[in-house]
Order: sequence, then C-alpha cells, then structure tokens
Amino acid sequence: MTVLRGRPLLFTSYPQEMGLFPTTTRKVAFGVLLAVTAVLPFLLADAELQLLATCCIAAIGAIGLGLVTGYAGQVSLGHAFFLGIGAYTASVISGDPDGRTLGLGVTNILVWLPAAGLVAGLAGVVVAPLATRLRGLYLAIVTLGLVFIGQHIFNEWSTVTGGVGVGRPAPTLELFGYPLGTTTASATRDQKLYWVMAGLLVLFALAARNLARSKVGRAFTAIRDRDIAAGVIGVNLARYKTIAFAVSSFYAGCAGALLFTVSGFIDPSSFSLLLSVQYIAMVLIGGAGTISGAIAGAFFITLLPRLIRELQTFLPFISTDANEVPNVLQVESILYGVLIIVFLIFEPRGLFGLWVRARNYWKSWPFSY
Amino acid sequence: MILFLEGVLRGLGVGSVYALLALGFVIIYKATRVISFAQPALMLAGVVLVSHLAGPLGFWVALPLAALLTALLGLGIERGAVRPMVGRPAFVVAIITLGVDVAIRVVVNIFIGLDVRTVHDPWGLRSWQLGALRVEQRHVAAFLATAVLVAALFAFFRFTRMGLAMRAAADDQEAALAQGISVGAVFALSWALAGALAAVGGTFATAGASFDGTLWLTALVALPVIILGGLDSLPGAVLGGLGVGVAQELVATYQNHAPWLGGNVSVITPYVLMLLVLLVRPYGLFGTREVERV
Repeated sequence: MTVLRGRPLLFTSYPQEMGLFPTTTRKVAFGVLLAVTAVLPFLLADAELQLLATCCIAAIGAIGLGLVTGYAGQVSLGHAFFLGIGAYTASVISGDPDGRTLGLGVTNILVWLPAAGLVAGLAGVVVAPLATRLRGLYLAIVTLGLVFIGQHIFNEWSTVTGGVGVGRPAPTLELFGYPLGTTTASATRDQKLYWVMAGLLVLFALAARNLARSKVGRAFTAIRDRDIAAGVIGVNLARYKTIAFAVSSFYAGCAGALLFTVSGFIDPSSFSLLLSVQYIAMVLIGGAGTISGAIAGAFFITLLPRLIRELQTFLPFISTDANEVPNVLQVESILYGVLIIVFLIFEPRGLFGLWVRARNYWKSWPFSY
Repeated sequence: MILFLEGVLRGLGVGSVYALLALGFVIIYKATRVISFAQPALMLAGVVLVSHLAGPLGFWVALPLAALLTALLGLGIERGAVRPMVGRPAFVVAIITLGVDVAIRVVVNIFIGLDVRTVHDPWGLRSWQLGALRVEQRHVAAFLATAVLVAALFAFFRFTRMGLAMRAAADDQEAALAQGISVGAVFALSWALAGALAAVGGTFATAGASFDGTLWLTALVALPVIILGGLDSLPGAVLGGLGVGVAQELVATYQNHAPWLGGNVSVITPYVLMLLVLLVRPYGLFGTREVERV
C-alpha cells in the first residue's frame, strides 16, 4: 500500500474522498500556503500588500458567485447588486450618526460584517422565488435587470449612499476598540488590512469548501448537471436554488462590505454591470465549480491592471495617458473580454484546469498519456 | 389627453428601435439557442460607422453601407467565437459573447474618441403638427423603417428558401441537418441579420441627438423586451419593443407625480416591467413553454 500513497485522485475510502483535505499532500500544501500568507507582510511593501488585500476580498465575492454559478449552475449577472447591498448595509451600521449620511455608529467588525452578509442574503432569498422559476438565459437576463434596478436605487437614495459622484465613507475596521484599519506602533495599516482580509478569506473559503462537500453541495451539483433529473431523484429544486442564492448573496454582501475599506470610500456608480462581468470573469477564468479556482481567478483579475502596468515598461507603444490610443485602460478592458473568450474556448476548466494539466503531465512523465 | 397621446406616439418611435434590436436577439436565439450579449457592441459599431460615413457619403448611403459592414462584423464574431462552441452549454456561449462585447466596444470607443458624435440624420428635432399633437419626424421615420424591415423579414422567412431553412433549423437543428440544410449557413446568416438590424436600430436610437460610448446601454433595453415577448417569438419582439417604448415614455411623462421614485425612473421601467411579467408568465407573453424531458 505504501506505493499507492500520496497520489492525487487516489482514494481508498469514501470518507477520505469527501474529506476537507483528502490527501496528505493537500494538507501539507495548505499548511505551507498558510505559512507563506502569514509571513508575506514582512517581505512585501505596503502598496503590494494593499493590492493583495483587495485580491482576498474579491476572492470572497468570487467564491460566492462560484457557489451559485459554478456549483449550482444558476447563471447570475446580478452579483454587483448584492455587493452593493452589503456595502451600504455595513456602512450604514458603522457610519457616523451625526454625519451627512445615515449611520448607526456601531463600528465593530463583528457586527457590521455579518449584518451586511445577512441583509444581502435576505435580498437573495427575496429574489429567489423568481430565480427558481427561471432557467439558464432567462435567469441571466433577470439578474442583469437587478443590476440596473439596484443602480437606480443606489443613485437616488442619497441619504444612504451619499449620491452620485459624492458617495460615503466605507465602514470602519475596528474590533472591540482595536483599530484594524489604521497604522499603530505594532504594524502599518496595510499589513493589518492584509492579515485581516487573508484571515477572512481562509475562513470563507473553508466554509464554502465544507458546504460544497455536504448534502447541500451535492444537491447543488445535481441541479447544475441536470435540474429536472435532480428533481426526479428527490432534490427539492426550489429549496436548494433558494439556498444557493442566499449563500452566494451572503458572500457577496460580506465582500461588498469589505471591498471599499481599502480605498475608504464608496461611490454608487461602482456597482455597475462591469463589476458583475468582472466577477463572472473571475469564476470562469479561475475555473467554474472549484473553490481554489474562484480564488485564483479573483487574484488574477484583480492583479491584471497591475500586470499590464508592469508590461507597459516592456511594450512602450501602450500609453499610460488616457487620451492616447492604445492606453493602459483600453488594453485592460480588451484583455477581460479576450481572456474570457480564450479560456472558454481553449480551457473551459480555467486556471484550475491548467494546474490539472500540468500535474497530469508530471504524473505520467515520461509518457504523455 | 394631448400629453398622453404625445407620450404614446413618442413611445412608438422609441419602441421601434427596441423592436429592431430585439429582433436581432430573437433571430440569433432561434437559430443558435444562444443569447448574444454582443448585440450592444454590434449596435455601437454600426452607429459609429454611420457617423463616420455619413459625412463624405451622405446619410442614405451611409446607413445601408454601415448595416452591411456590421453584418460582416456579426459574421466574423460567429466564425471566430461562436462556431467553435457548438455543442457547449448555452450559457457558456452567452458568456463568450459577453467577452466579445467588452472587447469590441473598447475598439469602437477609440473611434468615438472623447467628443460626442452625431449620425447626421436628415430629421433632427423637426416635428409635424397634427391638429393639437406634435409628432417628431425622427420618431415617425423610426416607426416606418421598422415597419418596412419587419415586413421584409417576415416575407423573407415566409417565402424564400433560406427563410424556410432558418425556420427549419430553429424548429429542430438535427432534423434540419438530416434534410440537407446547412445549419452553419443559418447560424452565419442569423448573426449577419442581427448585426444589420442592430446598426439600423442604433442609428435611429441616436437620430436627432448626439451619442457617446454610453449608447450601448440602449441596446440592453432589448433584453427585457425579448423576455417580455418571449425569447423565441418574432412578433413578441416587435410588440414587446413597442410596448416597452410606450411604457417608458409614459412613465417619463408622468414621473413628476411620484417624486419619491427619483429622477430618470423611466430608465429602469423596462426591467421592472420584465420582473412583473415574469412573476406571472415565466416564458414571456408570447414565448413557447419549454417541454421538460429527462
């Protein structure tokens, strides 16, 4: 038996296959990754840490969309709407009671973060009756409608959102009086932000992975693969589709609440169709139906502008001036589109699929099949 | 009353544009079972072509030429991005068209630049006075153009061999293939038709006004329209388009009676209307109810 040990995808029992970390290799890899994540702030500059913190938050949102679209197969273009609800719930709860916009003054992250998730999750449940009646492309268009209706509300309800072009401050990062979002003697603001966001990402990712391997997760995959067949074998379609939307919206709400704590400022125009498309791109480029894929996709898409800016030093014909053609912004948006097309045509499993390919190559080396 | 009737007439003009765009979506959907999210990009491309060609060639030459070029662009998209995906789930192809849309719009925006452009249409904001009613010429032109195009399309589907082939492929692709119909040609033609319709629709959408890169949002209104009418119904697209146009203009006319809804509430009227109709009829007003088989 010792010969068989440590091979990926080799399982000798069902509990092992269903385990959170099925193989020793995965346990070790996760531990190493966790250790690297924890010590990274001592190696990197603050600007990079800030970017990585944003990546972690985006990954939380992408995991949420991955649950509903990748696992349960319900295409949602409305992720921006739920992100928005989360962001505004959190900032209303944590906002200054005497400020220009509505605020309750409860700045503890343990209060506003779950609240943001719950309110967004509730919105998901409200939308779900429509969503469970519709399939495929009908659903995609209806969720697209949510984004436009949401944008109208966010733009007009200025006592909560501050109004177009003005906006309002993001929620305060604070835990029982200890500031998580300001520089103190022990650590800089960006180091703290990074640790908080990375920690939250690990929590959310493990929770999602756990959900995916549970009864609920198996119901999701059954619905994705063939919803009528799933219904026939006794999966309660309305119930599990509602759960999928609620959980996905909860993740979106939490991500939305955190998303603007890095920049410190929320503008209503942020929650546009473009944001939804970016999240779709994260899930698809990373690899639909896997948690690690959603995380990889989120990091990739969030780092893309930075990568292009680095690329710009090698490709001088790309201008940084927004008035010239071709400039960095144009290259960036074209790349979103082109990457979606290229990945879906050539590697439908996304970045995760690339990893599987690479692993299989070395596993079977020197034989190619 | 005058206010109401003028609102309805304006709505029919605006709705004609939505009908043209929605027809493009429905034609592609019927042929390929895919919703093309690339339609906004096609529309924007068509309008930009008209605005560049109308200067040297005149509006009446520029419009058909732009429609033709946009049709070619549609063909190109079908060849490059949609054909390799035959047999894959419909939503994956839909997301691909979303990618195509994002990429093409960036290129098109380069040709719009930072200024607003006009399509040099011959109507401008001139209007006719019919008794007490004031009717804008551009809305009449849009309505007439739509009527002519819709009649031509229905005649094409009814009386030509290719139209018959398209109807057969829409009905059952495999059966059509077995009868010797080139389903590939049907796919290609449907994208070309959708491109041409988008170009014409977009041009009328911006007639009498100027446009910039945000014009593409107009094409998205065609999405609630096709959901209202039913994804696979051509008459549904036309009636849905006109209905949504009228509803939108009436809301715009009377929205000052409900200030708590906020300004510009007419922009989201189509989406609210769509949600309300879907609560009652999940397959739209004229759509075919899907037969579920395991």
